[in-house]
Amino acid sequence: MAILGAIDPILTKDLDAGTSDVSDAWRCRAYVERGGYSALKKIISEKIPPARVIDELKKSALRGRGGAGFPTGLKWSFMPSDYDGDKYLICNSDEGEPGSFKDRDLLLLNPHAVIEGMVIGAYAMGVKRAYNYIHGEIPEACARFLEALDEARAAGFVGNDILGSGFCVEIFAHRGRGAYVCGEETAMLESLEGKKGQPRNKPPFPAASGLYGAPTTINNTETFAAVPFVVSMGADAYLAAGTPGNGGTKLFSVSGHVERPGNYEVPLGTPFGALLELAGGVRASRALKACIPGGTSAAVLPAEVMMNLTMDYDSISRAGSMLGSGAVIVLDETTCMVGALEAITYFYQRESCGQCSPCREGTRWMHRIVRRIENGEGRSGDLETLEDVARNISGRSICALGDAASAAVQGFLKHFRGEFAHHIERGQCLVPREVQREGCRLRERSSKATS
Amino acid sequence: MISIEIDGRKVLAREGATLIDAARDAGISIPHFCYHKKLSVAANCRMCLVEVEKMPKLVPACATRVADGMKVFLHSELVLGAQKAILEFLLINHPLDCPVCDQGGECRLQDLSMRCGGTRSRTREAKRVVSPKDIGPLVSMREMSRCIHCTRCVRFCREIAGLAELGMIGRGGDSEIAGFAGRGVDSELSGNLIDVCPVGALTSKPFRFRARAWELSRRPSISPHDSFGANVALDVKDDRVVRVVPRENEEINECWLSDRDRFSYEGLNSPDRLKKPLIRIDGALREVEWNSALDYAAHAIKSLVETHGADALASLASPNSTLEELYLLQKLTHALGSGNVDFRPRRRDFSTDGHRSGIPWLGMRIAEVDELDAALVVGSFLRKDHPLFALRLRRLAKRGGRVSVLSLADDDARIDFHARLAARPSELPAALEAIFRAFARIVGETPPETRALSDATAPYPETDAIRAIAESFVGAKKSAIFLGAAAEHSPNAGRIHAIAGAFARVSGARLGFIGDAANGVGGYVAGALPTGLNAFEMFARPRKVYLLHGVEPELDCHNPAQAVFALRHTELVVVITPFAGEAIPEYADVVLPAAPFSETSGSFVNTEGRVQTFEGACRPLGSSRPAWKIFCALGRLLGLPGFDYASSATVRDEILAPHTLEGREGVGGIGGIGWVEGLDNALDEAFTPLEAKTPAAGALERVSDVPIHFSDAIVRRASALRETKDAAPPEARMHPKTLEDLKISDGERVRVRQAPGKATLTARIDATLPEACVRVAAAHPLTAALGDMFGTLEVERA
Amino acid sequence: MMLARESLEKIDREIAKYPEGRKQSAVMEALAVAQDEKGFLSDEMIEFVAGLLGMAPISVREVVSFYAMYKHEAASSGKTRLTLCRSLPCRLSGADEIAETLKEKLGIDFGETTPDGRMTLVEGECMGACGDAPVALIDDKRMCCRLTREGVDALLREIG
Repeated sequence: MAILGAIDPILTKDLDAGTSDVSDAWRCRAYVERGGYSALKKIISEKIPPARVIDELKKSALRGRGGAGFPTGLKWSFMPSDYDGDKYLICNSDEGEPGSFKDRDLLLLNPHAVIEGMVIGAYAMGVKRAYNYIHGEIPEACARFLEALDEARAAGFVGNDILGSGFCVEIFAHRGRGAYVCGEETAMLESLEGKKGQPRNKPPFPAASGLYGAPTTINNTETFAAVPFVVSMGADAYLAAGTPGNGGTKLFSVSGHVERPGNYEVPLGTPFGALLELAGGVRASRALKACIPGGTSAAVLPAEVMMNLTMDYDSISRAGSMLGSGAVIVLDETTCMVGALEAITYFYQRESCGQCSPCREGTRWMHRIVRRIENGEGRSGDLETLEDVARNISGRSICALGDAASAAVQGFLKHFRGEFAHHIERGQCLVPREVQREGCRLRERSSKATS
Repeated sequence: MISIEIDGRKVLAREGATLIDAARDAGISIPHFCYHKKLSVAANCRMCLVEVEKMPKLVPACATRVADGMKVFLHSELVLGAQKAILEFLLINHPLDCPVCDQGGECRLQDLSMRCGGTRSRTREAKRVVSPKDIGPLVSMREMSRCIHCTRCVRFCREIAGLAELGMIGRGGDSEIAGFAGRGVDSELSGNLIDVCPVGALTSKPFRFRARAWELSRRPSISPHDSFGANVALDVKDDRVVRVVPRENEEINECWLSDRDRFSYEGLNSPDRLKKPLIRIDGALREVEWNSALDYAAHAIKSLVETHGADALASLASPNSTLEELYLLQKLTHALGSGNVDFRPRRRDFSTDGHRSGIPWLGMRIAEVDELDAALVVGSFLRKDHPLFALRLRRLAKRGGRVSVLSLADDDARIDFHARLAARPSELPAALEAIFRAFARIVGETPPETRALSDATAPYPETDAIRAIAESFVGAKKSAIFLGAAAEHSPNAGRIHAIAGAFARVSGARLGFIGDAANGVGGYVAGALPTGLNAFEMFARPRKVYLLHGVEPELDCHNPAQAVFALRHTELVVVITPFAGEAIPEYADVVLPAAPFSETSGSFVNTEGRVQTFEGACRPLGSSRPAWKIFCALGRLLGLPGFDYASSATVRDEILAPHTLEGREGVGGIGGIGWVEGLDNALDEAFTPLEAKTPAAGALERVSDVPIHFSDAIVRRASALRETKDAAPPEARMHPKTLEDLKISDGERVRVRQAPGKATLTARIDATLPEACVRVAAAHPLTAALGDMFGTLEVERA
Repeated sequence: MMLARESLEKIDREIAKYPEGRKQSAVMEALAVAQDEKGFLSDEMIEFVAGLLGMAPISVREVVSFYAMYKHEAASSGKTRLTLCRSLPCRLSGADEIAETLKEKLGIDFGETTPDGRMTLVEGECMGACGDAPVALIDDKRMCCRLTREGVDALLREIG
C-alpha cells in the first residue's frame, strides 16, 4: 500500500515505514505500538457517552467510503437508542466492483483498525453483535481478519467486558460465496440471513428494519478504519487532513493501464494527475485515453476531462461521473472502448440478481447489443436502442445495480459514441487487435504495491 | 382514514395501506404483475411504478405506503414511459405464442401490453428458453419460457400453502422457477398456482388445450365437497363443465380453492355417468325408460312396505346432497311411515341425537377464525379434511395465534402449531379431558362433575403438550375448540363432544364442528335425521328396502362391509345416483340417474350456517334428472301428499320457513339467502355418553382417514386427482415400535383383518402415529372389505 | 452419515455465530463445509443441510444456485477449480491472453472439466484484487496474482 508523502496517512499509518518487521505490521502488538486501540481506550477510560462519539463523527464530516458517500455520523444517529432488543452492526467488506480493491488491503495490512472501528461503532450504537461480511474471493484477507479478531479478543478489545468496562460486543466474520450484489446493503442482510442475496425494497431502511428485522447499521471497511483516528485525534484533526468540504484522507485504488497499480492514500481533493503519477503513470508511458474514476458504476471520462479534475466527491460529480469507492480504472490509447464496455456489461448481466425486470432483462439486453457490436455484427439503430435501454433501466430497479449498469453504458456512449459507430459501420475496431493485446501485457514492475 | 390525491382526484385511504390497495379500494386499478393482495410484497416486476409528488424517483405502488396529502400520478409521461419500458423488458424473453397459449384471452401480460405497451419489438436477440418442469398431474410447468419471474408461485407455496416447494433458482437472466430435485408440488392447494400465475407459464393440466377462454360460459356455483361451500365458477363448453375457478368470497374461500374443489369436475364427465335408468331384470341391470323405472320402484317399495311394515324401509343419503334432496328424501321416508332415515353414513356414535340444543355447526362465522387468540383442533386430518380451514389456521398461527392440535396422527399440517399431540382413537377423550383438567388446575377452577368426565377410561398423563395446549387457552380473549371429522366419526364422538363442551364452558372458548361434508349442517336443517334406525343401525339390523341417494355405502359408510352385506341380502335397493359404481350391480335393483350439483339447482348450508343456493350450470347428461324431481315423481307415484313442487326453490322455502333467516339479502353468493337459525352445539343435562370401551391389552386400533380425493362420489371419479400423491393406494402404516413388535418390516405386504373382512396392504413405517395403531384409510376400494373406521384389527405378514 | 464428524462440528460452530433461532444464517458456511468434504453439493447433501438448519430443501437449492462458488453438478467439479477473473481491470492487464493460454493448455473451455477430472476452468468476476491483476482463485481458497502467459505453465504444474 503506498502513501502520499505530503500528508500524514491515517488508514495506512506506519504500515510500510521501513521497519524491519513489515510482514507483522498487521499484528495487534504492532497496531498498538503505532497508537492503535487508543481511541477505544480513551472512550472507556474517559467514559465518553455514545452520543458524544456520534457527535464527533458528525463533526468530522466522515462520509461512507463504500461508494454512496453518506455521512457516517448521521447514519449512526439513525439507530434507535431506546430499542428494546438486539441491534446489529455490519462491516461491508464485500468489495467486488471492478476496480475496487481497498478492503482486501485494509484487512490484510491493517485489520485492527477495522476491528477498533467496529467496536467503537458498536459502543456508540449499543450493539452487542457485529458481523464483517467479507468478499468470498479474498480468502487470505478473511483468514487474516479472523486471526486479528482472535488477537483482539485475547487482548480484551473484543468480547465480554471490554477493557473492564462491562461493555460487550462479539464480532464475527461471514464469508461471501461469489455474488457481487451482496455488497448492496440489503442484499447483504438477506445473505446474512441465509438466503439468496436479493436486495430488499426500501424503505424500510436497515436502521429501522435490518438484519432479522432489527435495527442495523452497515458501514464500509474503510469507513470503520477511519473511525479510530476521528475519535482519538478529534474531528478537527481529521477535517484538517483533507481539503475544505471533503474531510479526511481517502484510499484510491488505481488499476488498469498504469505502471504501479495499487492503493494510494491521499487527501480528498488531490489532482488526478498527481494520483496517476503516484501509480507510476500510464503503462509504458503511453497516452491516457480515458478513466473510470469510481469503479465501473461510474461514467467513464475522457483523458482531457480527467486531467483537469481533483479527486473529491464534488469535482468528479460536476464532471458527470462519481467518486464512488475511489476505484480509478485507467484506460490508455490501446483500449477499445467497445471491448471495455463489453466487459463491463458482461459483468453486470452476470451479477444481476435476477429479481426485478428492468435489471434482469435490461442488463442482459445491453450486453447482447454491445457484444454484437464488438463482434462486428452491429446494426444501425443499435446505439439508439442501447441508449434507450440504459435510460429505461435507470431509476426503475430495486437496487443500484441496474442504475450502475445503465450509467456505465450511458457514459461510454456519451464520450465515445464515434468509436461505437465505427465498429458498427466497419465491423471492426479503431484500435488494431494486436495493439490492444500489447497494451494489456504487464511489464516488469518497478515496485510491488501490495503484499 | 387519510386523504390522498390520485390523478387530481381526492381519495380516502386507510392509514398504513399501500398505494396500490388504496387505489383499488377507490376503484382505480394500477397495472401490476407481481403484486397479489394475499401475498407478501415483492415489488419485483416494477409494473406498478407511479409518480409521487416530491419523490425523486418513481415508486412501486405495491410497496409504498400512503401518507396524508400524498399526490400520486398514474398517467404522467414518466409513468407511461416506465410502463412501456417494463413491458418491453418483460416481452423480450416472453414467447409470442399467444395463439397456442392456454392463458390467451385471460392473460395479464396480454391485457397490459394492449393497455400500456408499445406496438413493435426492437429486440433482435434470441429469446431465453427455459426447460419444462413436471410438478405433478394438476399444474403444468411445460412452458416455463413464458415465466416473467414475478415469484407469485414461490410466495404462494411459502405463505399460503405453508411449505416452500417452489423456488427461483439461478441468478440474473438465468433465474428460473423450479421445485427441489425435480420434485412436484405436493399441496392440496396447488391448483391456485394456476390462478396466481399472471401469464401462461403455470396452466391447468386437465384443462390444457380443451377450450379458449372466450368459448366458455361462466356459471356461478358452490363446491359440493367440504363443509366450507367454497364459491366456484363453472366454466361450461358444449354443456360440459371443463374448468372450475374460484369466485372470490372473502368470508369463505377468499380467492382460493382446494384442488378437490377445483379438479373434481372431471368426475362430472366421467364415463361412469349414468344416462338412463336401470332395473334388475333376470339378475342383471338393464336400461329402461324413466316411467318403467319409476313405476317399478314405486310399486316395489309400496308392496314391500305393505308386506313387512314401514320399519322395513331405510333411507340413506350422502351429506353432499342438496338441502332440497335431503328434505325430500326424509319427507318421503317419513310419509311412508318409516323413521329410518339419515345422512351421516360415516358416523358411529349417535348418542347425542335427541340431546342437542340445536344444529351442530362451526360455532362461529368462518371469518371469525382469523380473530382467535387460541384454537385447538381435535380429531382432524386437518390439511386433507379441510384445506381451506387449515389455510386460515396456518395464517392465524403465522400472525401469532396459538393453534394446537390433538389428533390421531401427527400429520404435517404445514401449520406452525403451538403444540401438537397424537393419541390413540380410544384415548382421544381422555387426552382431551387431560387438557381440560390441566387448564382448570392452572386457572384454579374445579371441573364440573359431568357424566362425560371422570368415568372415562384410564386418565391420560399430563404431558408437556397437554400442558402447553391448556396454557394456550389461559388469558385468551377469543378462543375455540374445533372438533374435526375424525372426532365426529369416532366411536366416542358423544363423549368427545361433551368434554369439549365442558372445556369450552369453563374456558370461555367457542365449541365448533368443522363438519365433514358440503351439507353437514343442511342435513339437520332438512330434518334428514332418524326417528328410527340411524345410519349405522339400518345396516347392523338389516331392512327389506333401502333407498340410497348419492351415497356409495361400500366407500361412504363407517362399516362398509356391514353395509354391503345388508344391501346384498335384502329385497329391494333403489339407488338414486349420477354414477354407475362398481358395487352397484352387486346390490341395486333400481338405479335412477340423478343430475349432480352442476346440472341441478339446490342449496348447501355450510358449516357456519350460511345457505348458498345455486342453479344448474348445464343440462343433465343423457336422460338423468335432478334428484328433487325424482323424489317428487316417486312421491306422487307412491300416492303421498305434498310432492307437487314447481321448483327446487319452493322446496327450499318450505324447509327454511321455520328457520327465521337473518339478512335475506344476497349473503353468500348467488341467490344466497342468509343464515339458518337454531345453530347450537350445547348438549342437554340428560346426555349420557356411550360407555367407554377400552381395547384389550395388546390390541391394535385402526386409525382411518378419508383420503381427500376419495371423499365423495364425484371426487373419486376425477381422473387427474387420482394421479396425485394424495390418491396413492392405502397402506398399513404403523409406528416403528409397533412394526417391530409385530416383527414386520417396512414395505412388507401384510394382511389386515377386521371383522368381517380383510385387506392385503403394504406395511409402512410412520412415526407420526401413536403406538399400537394401524393407519388404514377408509373410502377406498382396497379397504372396503374392512369393518369399523376406528375398530380394532389384526395385522399379519401376507 | 452424510458428513464427517469434523464437518458437523464445524457447522455447529458456524451456527453458534448467529443468534438463537437463526440457524439459517449458517447455510452459506455449512454448504461450504459440505462442499469442502465432498467436492460438490449433491441434491442429497442439499437436503441434508436443509434438515440440519430447519430449512426447506428448495431454499437451500436457491442459495446453492445463487452464489458462484457452490458446485451443484459433479460434472463441473474437477479436483481443482481454477477461477480466472475476467472483469475489466484484469482484462486490461492481460486476462484474455491468460484465458486463451489456459484453455489451450488444458484443452477445455470455461465451465468445463478436463477429461481426467483434474481441473475445472471457471470464468469469474471481480475478486476485489484489481491492483494485482490479472488474478485467479484456486479452489476459492488461494489467490494467484499478476498472472502472465509465461507463468501459466508453472501455475498449472503447481496446482495440477
